[in-house]
Amino acid sequence: MKPMPVREIRGRAIPLPGNDIDTDRIIPGRFLRCVTFEGLEKHVFEDDRQQYEDHPFNQERYRGASILVVERNFGCGSSREHAPQALFRWGIRAIVGISFGEIFFSNCTAIGIPCLTLDESDAYWLLETVSHHPDEELSIDLETVTIRMGERTLRATMPEGARQQFLQGTWDSTQTLLEAGEAIDRLARRLPYIAGF
Amino acid sequence: MAETLLDKVWRLHTVRELPSGQTQLFVGLHLIHEVTSPQAFHMLRERGLKVRFPERTFATMDHIVPTDEQTRPFADPLAEQMAAALIENCQQYGIPLFDIGSGRQGIVHVIGPELGLTQPGMTIACGDSHTSTHGALGALAFGIGTSQIRDVLATQCLAMSKPKLRRLLIEGTLPRGVYAKDVILAIIHRLGVKGGVGYAYEYAGSAVAAMSMEERLTLCNMTIEGGARVGYVNPDRVTFEYLKGRPYAPQGEAFHRAVAWWKQIASDPDATYDDEVRLDATALQPMVTWGINPGQSVGVNDPIPDPRTLPESERASYEEALAFMSFRPGQRLIGTPIDVAFIGSCTNGRLSDLRAAAEVARRGKVAAGARALVVPGSEAVARAAEAEGLHEIFQQAGFQWRRAGCSMCLGMNPDRLRGREICASSSNRNFKGRQGSPTGRTLLMSPAMVAAAAIAGQVIDVREVLS
Ligand code: SF4
Repeated sequence: MKPMPVREIRGRAIPLPGNDIDTDRIIPGRFLRCVTFEGLEKHVFEDDRQQYEDHPFNQERYRGASILVVERNFGCGSSREHAPQALFRWGIRAIVGISFGEIFFSNCTAIGIPCLTLDESDAYWLLETVSHHPDEELSIDLETVTIRMGERTLRATMPEGARQQFLQGTWDSTQTLLEAGEAIDRLARRLPYIAGF
Repeated sequence: MAETLLDKVWRLHTVRELPSGQTQLFVGLHLIHEVTSPQAFHMLRERGLKVRFPERTFATMDHIVPTDEQTRPFADPLAEQMAAALIENCQQYGIPLFDIGSGRQGIVHVIGPELGLTQPGMTIACGDSHTSTHGALGALAFGIGTSQIRDVLATQCLAMSKPKLRRLLIEGTLPRGVYAKDVILAIIHRLGVKGGVGYAYEYAGSAVAAMSMEERLTLCNMTIEGGARVGYVNPDRVTFEYLKGRPYAPQGEAFHRAVAWWKQIASDPDATYDDEVRLDATALQPMVTWGINPGQSVGVNDPIPDPRTLPESERASYEEALAFMSFRPGQRLIGTPIDVAFIGSCTNGRLSDLRAAAEVARRGKVAAGARALVVPGSEAVARAAEAEGLHEIFQQAGFQWRRAGCSMCLGMNPDRLRGREICASSSNRNFKGRQGSPTGRTLLMSPAMVAAAAIAGQVIDVREVLS
């Protein structure tokens, strides 16, 4: 079961303004009472959607979007992979924003959702533009780390390690880690707290 | 060349460099609980993989356990299903489980140090963001997601990039009524909730050196709330004293050899850092959050800042927080009525936290109309507290004395806020909906401040009670 390389993502976008949107908001704690990730998409942003009728995830015009555009520190807080899983199952295949919570970023990488960073002015331009043109397609190129919308091409950034994982198709790291084979056991035997003090 | 603890532990646990440029890092201790692990075991089965080092993984149950009636099956069928899945996975793969009633069950970040599983120089991973807690003993401890739990189960390794290192020098003596919780809230306030992204934190300075292990655990616990995934304190005499005699710590002669190794794992005195931040502990006062992230806090006597004084990009968040909490700019939190008081969690559910709260609780009674809960962080904490009679102090004051678990820290069990209730809480997150009610409001503070609020029925300065 080898994951596929991810080089390009195309699709319509859904804008989600707001800084510091934590993973409790993406998927509230009560939906973590489960032993599978199945069906989580139904509850993505549940409480925010109840409280704000015009929440983007309630709006018909964004249905079917696959690129989520956010602001700063998106996905901070709890390490729950339920958050990116809920977004993925809803249809999100890439996230673009000013910055991301660190554990959220690695969880996204581990399930094949690239998170790209834009500088502030480009991020606000993109948020604004996609909200006016919900039908327009964006394309994200991980080779050049650029995002294209209409005539405009934005330069994004992404930590090199994660970018290579997508380009090489090693974002699901289990197989890669297994390839180290015996070297893992050799290292374990060298650690005094395992070998014995 | 001089090295930091981060450098040394990273180097010792590096299996190889990966083609992506990341490091394949060996995980010395893996801790699991019922919420984030079942899907990982499922993925393992799907791929026909085994648990590579079952003896390096330990399990407990904490998030979903009820804290009043704990007999199985649990009243909540979903909670019961999760408990059953954990037990079954542990049995099938030969993973030791500290189950309810074993005397060792508790919040995963409380029992790791308490049992001596957490040790200096280790790499530790757990499917929970507050894994940073274990850094208090001089370990590199990472919060991970479920797919990474699968990686650790299958390979005992993670694919990681080495973070940069920021030293936080905290100098001076903490005034009476000011605790480690206030220190970390002050740090997050100063550097912001994303200030630590990309960094590991090394906590140092005279205030940290003077802290007990339990205070250091509180400090490291909330590292993640400031955006850093890992935070640690260099191992020292406090660390060695703490570990001595704990069930999983090295015993006898081996303990002395371990101490020698632990000493040399600490950062070298002339090591260099990517960044350094200084904080004067002497100037701190009790902190209280007024907003919806742990950085939105003020000293208990200070006004909530005026959003107009903030940078443009921050204003929307501030407005949103004030609207959600129903507070006004310039308002002081002193005198804010509270409905619920919660003492517990992996931040402040240890014996010293309960002692500090009891010192306040013994001076009065929980205010009429308020609910107050004390939830020990582990069965061992509960036992020790009961041996000292702390439970009686709490009960006589009108607090409910519960059994160990995460409880109202995240409201996955029946302990939850209702509607718009305001909770004075010793936990770590004031996110919208965090305590189980979508509209519930959380004020984070130290356990002594929570106890004081419970008795006054409103936020007060604990220093007035203590003086
Ligand atoms: S006490 Fe709270 S923060 Fe700590 S592990 Fe439990 S739910 Fe997470």
